[in-house]
Amino acid sequence: MSSPSRVVNVGADMFADAIADQATEVQRVDWRPPMVGTEADLATVAGDPLRRDANAEALKAMFAVQALLVDVAPASEVLDLKPGEFLHAGPPIAWADASGPMRGALMGAASLEGLVEDPEDAAALFESGAGVSLDPCHHHQTVGPMAGVVSPSMWMFVLEDPASGRRTYCSLNEGLGKVLRYGAYGPEVLERLRWMTAVLGPLLQTAVRQSGPVDATGILTQMLQMGDEAHNRNRAGTLMLLRDLSPAMVTSELASSDIADSLRFVGGNDHFFLNVAMPACKLALDAARGIDGSTMVVAMARNGTEFGIQTAGTGDTWFTGPAQVADGLFLGDYGPEDANPDIGDSAITETAGIGGFAMATAPAIVRLVGGSVSDALATTRRMHEITLGENPRWSVPVLDFRGVPSGIDVTRVCRTGILPQINTGMAGRVAGVGQVGAGLVTPPAEIFPEALAALASATRSRLTVELGLSDR
Amino acid sequence: MTTHVELRPGAYADSVTLLQVSRTVQQLPGVDSAQVAMATPLNLEVLAEMGFDLPESTPNDMVVAIRLSDQNALAAALAGVDEALASKGKRSDGSTDLAPPRTTAAALRDAPGALVLVSVPGASAFVEAMDALDAGADVMIFSDNVPLEQELVLKQTAAERGLLVMGPDCGTAVVGGLGLGFANATAPGPVGLVAASGTGCQQLLALLDHAGVGVASALGVGGRDLSAAIGGLSTREALRRLDADPAVELIVVVSKPPADDVAAAIRDHASSLRTPMQFALLGAGQPDLTQAAEETLAGLGKPPVEWPSWGVPAEHAAGALLRGLFVGGTLCDEAMLIASAELGPVHSNIPLSPELAVDAALDAETHLMIDFGDDALTQGRAHPMIDPTLRLEHLAKVAADPRTGVLLLDVVLGHGAEPDPSARLAPAIRAIRETRDLPVLVACIGTSSDPQGLARQASALAEAGAEVHLSNAAAARRAVALIGGTR
Repeated sequence: MSSPSRVVNVGADMFADAIADQATEVQRVDWRPPMVGTEADLATVAGDPLRRDANAEALKAMFAVQALLVDVAPASEVLDLKPGEFLHAGPPIAWADASGPMRGALMGAASLEGLVEDPEDAAALFESGAGVSLDPCHHHQTVGPMAGVVSPSMWMFVLEDPASGRRTYCSLNEGLGKVLRYGAYGPEVLERLRWMTAVLGPLLQTAVRQSGPVDATGILTQMLQMGDEAHNRNRAGTLMLLRDLSPAMVTSELASSDIADSLRFVGGNDHFFLNVAMPACKLALDAARGIDGSTMVVAMARNGTEFGIQTAGTGDTWFTGPAQVADGLFLGDYGPEDANPDIGDSAITETAGIGGFAMATAPAIVRLVGGSVSDALATTRRMHEITLGENPRWSVPVLDFRGVPSGIDVTRVCRTGILPQINTGMAGRVAGVGQVGAGLVTPPAEIFPEALAALASATRSRLTVELGLSDR
Repeated sequence: MTTHVELRPGAYADSVTLLQVSRTVQQLPGVDSAQVAMATPLNLEVLAEMGFDLPESTPNDMVVAIRLSDQNALAAALAGVDEALASKGKRSDGSTDLAPPRTTAAALRDAPGALVLVSVPGASAFVEAMDALDAGADVMIFSDNVPLEQELVLKQTAAERGLLVMGPDCGTAVVGGLGLGFANATAPGPVGLVAASGTGCQQLLALLDHAGVGVASALGVGGRDLSAAIGGLSTREALRRLDADPAVELIVVVSKPPADDVAAAIRDHASSLRTPMQFALLGAGQPDLTQAAEETLAGLGKPPVEWPSWGVPAEHAAGALLRGLFVGGTLCDEAMLIASAELGPVHSNIPLSPELAVDAALDAETHLMIDFGDDALTQGRAHPMIDPTLRLEHLAKVAADPRTGVLLLDVVLGHGAEPDPSARLAPAIRAIRETRDLPVLVACIGTSSDPQGLARQASALAEAGAEVHLSNAAAARRAVALIGGTR
């Protein structure tokens, strides 16, 4: 036997020293104890004979998805949403537990749908629950940024995976500032939404149908090389989408002033592509759902009150904990006391390996979220510690084209205590305020041991031989 | 007298490092005692016994507990803690400023083809070892306290993938000349060892080295590998690896006597190998390790050699009972087998039969041998080959006991072991010898190339008044003879 060319040492440093003294290369692991109380569950899951292949399969399924923008259409048509039905971001929530921005967005949407004249009157409506219902976007193949409220008249991007025919949906992005998704519901907010329903939606539908599917996954590949991380910066992606759709928009039969308004609106909204990136990510991640033994996270979502995750190996169960307040920069005179806890389905981008996970590729916005370029590089590298693999398509030039860290592994989060890093906008905590800032946030730590316990319990029920758990 | 106790949530260092930090701080002026440790239940017990009042904590917190004879020394003591903790990471091999990997899986992404050495606490060893197998890497598990069920899963998984699991509780390996864990420095040579015992393997390495015979590889498999439950899964893979090595002319399997069907299966497996295989079995009625080394030499066609000793031979026992204090489990076992054959029952914390077990007081009215490397005595503290404190404390107690007639000790050299064991043991022996004419027999297991130097260590112990042997069996036989080996 030849001697190993190198040794990975995990544990006592003196053994690494002894190996280095014998002129052999040593990689030292900076091992630390796992999250408190997780040892037994970690061992159970590590010993699950399905785990390795299940995770490989989950990763492969996610990477195999190509997300095409195939249509734009009203939610009433594509989601069969009826009057009084509202979708929202994050795990399930009742009106009574909803935060300010979630309530504000629902009130605005109720007014938009004509259920009430004045949005202020909607509060009583939702309180009574008469003729209204709330359901998570995620339960309808949909994702919504911030409050993520979807109502029947809103127009949706429709993304499709041609191999499976599966589809996912997301509303159209309204821009920044006083907008519904941040909980604002003033007249200008509703007016903009009505214009989007009357003009922008139909025009985009015509353009997409005429020019044919737009390869959203392909645009994501390119924008990651152009300084976008596709969560808080979508500038290149937005312009590429506009590039692909504008010829068909211009040649449509709509009024030239409407076309100009639409081009101006999309071109002036750096976040427009976010609402394409998000359903593209969901489309990829949904391919990994329902794989027994896989410890991969398939959704991270917040409703403004709770942060929830779902994993490939635990079906539709949400593991939830209190949403945190982001740490970052504030607009104008706003400060931390004005910010609502974390909200929105947009963490689907981080779940798919971009957004905060691809921070290294977006140095232009590190200041927006209150960091430095070296922080950004370190963040992406750190996320590789808790992910299963690297995306072969989506790469980061400055890290030698290393693929983005993909497939958050519940076990590695519990082992390292490293939490997923999410780039996010901050909504005002009072309904109607709108955006107050942007920054960085992490999930509440305790939801990962919760998910791990469920995975371990699933493993145990599959295994007849338990791993050193005879005392349990 | 002032005490200072603080918790540092999120701070972590391994137990060996913290031991060194604690010792450094204890030596600062004005510091009466100091303990820097992770807040594991066991460490909390130790801290409570030391009289420290502890706040609520989790095992992931680091505790800094200091008792000061001079209350003005606190700032300097805390600075000492920080300095000692900071210097622990100084020996980095990387030239970049990248954060080191946090899991074995992450480390293996950047180091494909590496061998993995795991010495994290037993409750976490399985997870790190599984990372290695998932990445197609061989793994050595030094950690003890790994459940048998986990060992079986690891070894079954490795067998499916053609990988080698050395351990758990594998103290020693030499892989193609590279010493891992506690390993002696030997020249390359024609012998391939498969060892279910760390110190048993080290004894063979030391004796063969003295005889001028080198070792191609010594693959540890863990003490339970040849049990009926594990069925020799790692032994088979190790045999396959050694058989494929053209440098290996003779394979020696060092183990406690395996279950009959396991032994038969291994012998059957061995008959399919091109390389001849010998068993060196440790048990009643079996040849001892020194005789096994002699058989190995004979198997290679080498002439017999004389095993060396140092110091003036002792003449009389000073009392009726033999007391053995060991750091090597197999060395303790071997000494018990030799002694009980001549002297009758020997009590122990690793007894030859259950009725000979001793309780936590580690005392008995009969002959007694203690293995300080046993799992129960290493939980929450470093192995006695690294930190001799526990054995030294016990040594002073046993030496002062008038019933003690002969003391029998082992000293194990090599990579990973204490850098200079005689530095603390020789003065302790000298102190005993100055008080009583109590014979002290020492088995010094090492090679001339070991970092500590066999001759230097053996001479230092001999000068302190010990009778030192390279062969553990020889030291044990001398001890038995002095007590008067008549049943």
